[in-house]
Parts: sequence; C-alpha cells; structure tokens
Amino acid sequence: MTIDLTPRGTADGSAVITHGLTEVMVDVFGPKEAKLRGQTSHDRALVTVEVGIMPFSTGERRKRNRGDKRILELAATIKQTFEPVIQTALYPRSEISIFVHILQQDGGLLPASINATTLALITAGIPLTDYVTAITCGVYSTNPLLDLNTIEENDIPHLTVASLPRTGKVTLVAMETRLHVERTAVLGIYVRRLIRAAADPTDVTIQEDALTDVIKHRLNIASLLFLWTVATATGDFDNPDVSVRKGP
Amino acid sequence: MITFASFPAPPPEHNAYGGTGRYPDDADEMDIDDGDGLEVLGRKLTSPGEVLTSSHAFMRGHGTFVDNEEVIGSVTGVIERVNKLISVRAIRTRYNAEVGDLVVGRITEVQPRRWKVDANSRQDAVLMLSSVNLPGGVQRRKVESDELQMRTFFEEGDLLVAEVQAFFSDGALSLHTRSLKYGKTLSQLRNGQLVTVPPALIRRLKSHFLSLPCGVDLILGLNGYIWVSKLTKASEQEGEEGFDAEAVYSNRNDDIDDATRAAVSRVSNIIRILAAHFVPLTDAVILDAYEWAMEQEGDLKDLLSPDVGEALVTAVSAHR
Repeated sequence: MTIDLTPRGTADGSAVITHGLTEVMVDVFGPKEAKLRGQTSHDRALVTVEVGIMPFSTGERRKRNRGDKRILELAATIKQTFEPVIQTALYPRSEISIFVHILQQDGGLLPASINATTLALITAGIPLTDYVTAITCGVYSTNPLLDLNTIEENDIPHLTVASLPRTGKVTLVAMETRLHVERTAVLGIYVRRLIRAAADPTDVTIQEDALTDVIKHRLNIASLLFLWTVATATGDFDNPDVSVRKGP
Repeated sequence: MITFASFPAPPPEHNAYGGTGRYPDDADEMDIDDGDGLEVLGRKLTSPGEVLTSSHAFMRGHGTFVDNEEVIGSVTGVIERVNKLISVRAIRTRYNAEVGDLVVGRITEVQPRRWKVDANSRQDAVLMLSSVNLPGGVQRRKVESDELQMRTFFEEGDLLVAEVQAFFSDGALSLHTRSLKYGKTLSQLRNGQLVTVPPALIRRLKSHFLSLPCGVDLILGLNGYIWVSKLTKASEQEGEEGFDAEAVYSNRNDDIDDATRAAVSRVSNIIRILAAHFVPLTDAVILDAYEWAMEQEGDLKDLLSPDVGEALVTAVSAHR
C-alpha cells in the first residue's frame, strides 16, 4: 500500500492511494461557495461526490459515462459514508466537493476510494469526527479473506465495511453478492473483529495473522499522515508555539 | 494582563522542505508513536478522532469537538493552548478571516447593491455598494444610477484589494475598500499577475503593500492571494483628495516594458517556489530570494526547475 499526499493544482486537499494494484486519486475542494444554489442549506455544508473511472483502469479498455448507474451508486455510497463524519454544520451555505478518480482497478474499489477520501479530507483541513477506514472481507468455504482482488471478488461472496476507529461505529456495510445463510455467521464474526481491530490495533486478544493487515492499514494511514504533518509543520510557518506570559 | 510571544523557530532541517513524496509500503520500519502525546520538535500534533483532554478541565476551541466528556481533535494540525482553551490549527486549510485583514479577491458575481468576491474563504465574500468609494467624494449619497452602473466599477473577473469589515451571521465576510490608512486607495488591481499560495504562509506584517527595488509592487493578501504588479508611481497613489475614478476603477493595463514584465515574472516565480516548499512569506524573505535569483546565471524560467528551486530555498533559509 502506498500513500501520496502531495498537494495538486488548486485542490484544497488531495491523496493518491494504492491497495495492491488498485489506485485511486481523490481531490477535495472546499468548503467553498456552493455552485448549486437550490441544494444549499442555511445550516450545513453540502457534500458532493463525483466519481470518474478512467477508461484505461481495467484490462479491457472501456469508457463509462458519468451517468453510468454503477458510478452513480459508488458516488452515492461514498457520500453517505462521509456525510455523518464531516462536521458540515460548521460551514453553512458552503459546498465540499469530493472528486474520486479511479486510475487502476483490481478489486476493493470502494474501500480504496473511502480510505483515499478520508486522507484527502484531512489534508484539506476539513473537520472530521473520526477517520473512516474501510476494507473488503470475503468468505471462502469457512475461511475468511481480506482485501480481495478482482479475481477473488468475482468468485467469492464479499462484504465491504467502513468503520470509525475511535468509536468502533460502522458507517457503511455493503454487500453486492449472495452469501449462503450458514456462512453469514462466519463473515459476521470476522467483520466484528475487523472493526474492533481497527478501533484498537494494540488489542492483543484479537491478533491473528490476517488481522495484522487491517492493523497495518490503520497504522499506516495514521503514521503517514503524522509524518506528513511533521514535514509540513517544520517548514516554520507562522510559528505555532504560543507561550503565555504574565505581564506586569 | 496577558501577552503573547512567539518563540523564534528552530532552524529548519534540510529535508524539512522536501515536501511530501511517496512513502514506501513499510509499516515495520516506521517509528510509530500512536499514543496520546505526539510530541515532535516541542510541538504537539494531532489528527481527527484523537482524544486531547477532559472537557471538565478545558474548553474546546476551533478544530475540536466534545464527545463523551472528552475534547477530541477534528483536524490534523498543531494543538494550541491558551489558558483553558484548547484548539487545533490545521496545517492546510481555507482562509479564516479576521476583521481588519487585507485581502485580495476576484469578483464572481454582480448582485443588487453588492458584489460577490472570491476571497479563498469558505463562502464568497460580499462587497456592498455602500462600502466602496464612488467618484464624486466621500459624502456623496448613493443613488439609483450608481446601482445601475455597478459594472462600470467592478465587473465579473476583476481583481481588487479590500479590507475585511465584518462577518455576517453565517460566517460570510463583508469587505470594504474605503480605508485611507494604507496611504492609497484600495481598488481595482491591474498591471500585474495573481499568485495563489496557502493562506497559512502569509504572516501578519506591518504593511502588506511592499515595493521591491526592482520596480515591482507586491500586495500580500492574508487570504493567500498575492498581487505582483508594475510599480505604481507615487503621484498616482493619491488619497481621497485627488480621487480619480478613472484610475481606480479601470481594468485596462498600462503599457508595461519588457524589463518590468521580466521582474514581475521573476518575483511571481520566486513566490511560487517558496510556497511549494512551504516557506512563510515576509518582505525580507522575498527580497533575499530576489537578490539570490538576480545573482544566478540563466534564464528567468530556469527558476522553476526543481534544482534551482531547492537551491533558492536553501540559500534563503541559510540567511535567517
């Protein structure tokens, strides 16, 4: 997994994330003056998500229009995932636009987009109540699998979860495949563990080989972001150290 | 009485300006300090969802929220504490205005009795017709004919420099251009180019109007918009007495000779480089950088190559 948080163009925040061969680039603009006057509300910011799938992102070159149902659904899912997490009430009458560009796809499109959007929002300085971390989880026979690629996704029933590590709350559960009722329990237990692992990476009682992936995942994001902050902060901008001194 | 003092910053390390490249996939080698005290270089940093302190002992400020009787950070940035107030300042964010700030903006819309101005803020700022100087003196009443010819003062796309006058209840800015304390009329901008940088890089200075010896005028808007233009002659900087509507509200460029064009471009490129390396902009830094750039051989556009840019930043930070 690689993360690139280099500022790009006029975007307020941007992130490129790769999960295996899947590569997603997200740009965030805002909070800014809302383009759509009709949809703005006087007490909160409007969150808009637009997804673009590059024609060269798959093995088979294929152009999708912006009106494609699948793209619209992906955008709506990302929007619903982030609306409760962004503190929109702080920016009345504004708009926060999120542009997701899928550069390469090899499974795990939704989790990659969600993780990249979290990072882009954070680099844009938009207040969030928590990180949103997402991953896909599949079940093969009774063996759970994590972070599936396209071939695995095509054959194995799988579920995407997005959780908030601090509270352990879940903002998204999405399953597009059919799953045998007897396997539901396996997947359910596993997903619950994933969420717990994301919430507390140091909890040793849930350490399992496969789970370390998720833990790495969350730590990776947190620590990379931290490094980025340090790198930018040491640029000696408007010195943030404030000392309080008692005068005469 | 309480006063604030800033410590001088520690000398920046060489790689500190290196920006943010691609980090390798290697969680194991990272020195992860995921505890509650992320203390680096004496500053405390945090990221969303990080519990900062108890809400009983402290008050929450910007960039934080309260949940479960705990103050929690909502942005990635520097934790600031003033007595009992805890706030987090984001590294990169849109412009957060304060009354009295000098900003550079662009007209986006002309509405009844007001202009909408893009000032890099979370909403477009508002410039009321009553907040600008109209030809014919200060005391003149605004009449209907002024409303009808608003586009003769400012049109969509025009740039202007203004001062933040007040806030509306929803947080939008109200601007005005009537101040005399800058020694010249705040007005339309022409004869130059706009450079955009992150607002955090513009420090509050004694004066945000700079005149460089190379024949370039600089307006450092606190919103991160910088206007780099041909030097305005002192005779044209008259105040209220010699108010010349023709000059103040014109959006036509004067003739600009090649030397001035080169100087304007050089200063703009320097600012772009400094901003790309996240160096805060002050008059001294820009002057240092300009002198360094003049000593270099080579073409104007060579400045924008990464090597020269890094050398410039190293040279400038060595000066301080």
